[in-house]
Amino acid sequence: MATDHKEPNYLGVMVWLGVLTIGEIAVIYMPLAKLLIVILLVGFALSKASLVAMYFMHLKFEPRTLGVIAITPLILCVFLVFMLAPDHAAVPHKTTFTKAAEHSETPH
Amino acid sequence: MSQVVATHPAVEPAESPLTPESWGKLGMWIFLAGDAMSFGALLAAYGVLRFGSVDWPVPSGILGINLTAFMTFLLIVSSYTMVRALSAVKRGDLAGLRKFLGLTVLVGVMFLGLQAYEWTHLIHEGLGFTANKWGASLFGTTFFAITGFHGAHVTGGVIYLSCYLIQALGGHVKPDTANHIEIAALYWHFVDLVWILVFTFVYLV
Repeated sequence: MATDHKEPNYLGVMVWLGVLTIGEIAVIYMPLAKLLIVILLVGFALSKASLVAMYFMHLKFEPRTLGVIAITPLILCVFLVFMLAPDHAAVPHKTTFTKAAEHSETPH
Repeated sequence: MSQVVATHPAVEPAESPLTPESWGKLGMWIFLAGDAMSFGALLAAYGVLRFGSVDWPVPSGILGINLTAFMTFLLIVSSYTMVRALSAVKRGDLAGLRKFLGLTVLVGVMFLGLQAYEWTHLIHEGLGFTANKWGASLFGTTFFAITGFHGAHVTGGVIYLSCYLIQALGGHVKPDTANHIEIAALYWHFVDLVWILVFTFVYLV
């Protein structure tokens, strides 16, 4: 039960969230491979989300089953991304609607 | 014909199995799980459209990263003031509840003001729901859909918290107010958590 625990160091959690946000912004300006930047950014984002859920939302002090309810959307979203993966593999296409394309499709 | 009268013994409401504090807290968690799927679907759609497009612009080249980083800090600070408000009401500190709940609402309004400024600026620059002078028009569609959906959640949260702030300012604090504030806090932290993901996937990646 969430009310029975000792109060976490909320100020410390806020400072960590701020530091991780600064880390994220620093990463995008670093001369690193694009894939590495994406991996680092996802890592930072998940760390920040975990801090909010565990300490601000008190999930760390709640029953495990409540944690399962909370984590289920993440699992389903990862599943959704894999289900959409064939669309990722499709031939890249230009999504801008141009005047040239408009004229070429006009019946004469 | 005999008449059968069913008699039921009075049933005491059972305690919520996962959240003994209240059923409302469990209800909020289940609502948030469903809401998270909505955001997850939007972000997944964003990913598919982005990586299936050859003319998707680099978001950091169009969107103001410094402004949105500041907006991220604002929501982080608001989560902190929200937990302080909850701590205050649990201690029976009405002045602390008023102060920290008021700060949370204020920071939420500041976030919405900055988002309105950002949208106005981007629309003026040429980014619309169906138009984008920097490349794929779907960039504008997904950007406004995702940030708009989140902004609607922040607006709802500000209204939600304002109701409790008005009660607190009027001194109307009941024994179950702490429980209600805890449930409202869950919603507000969720809005912060989602923004952390939106900021990373829409603005930075």
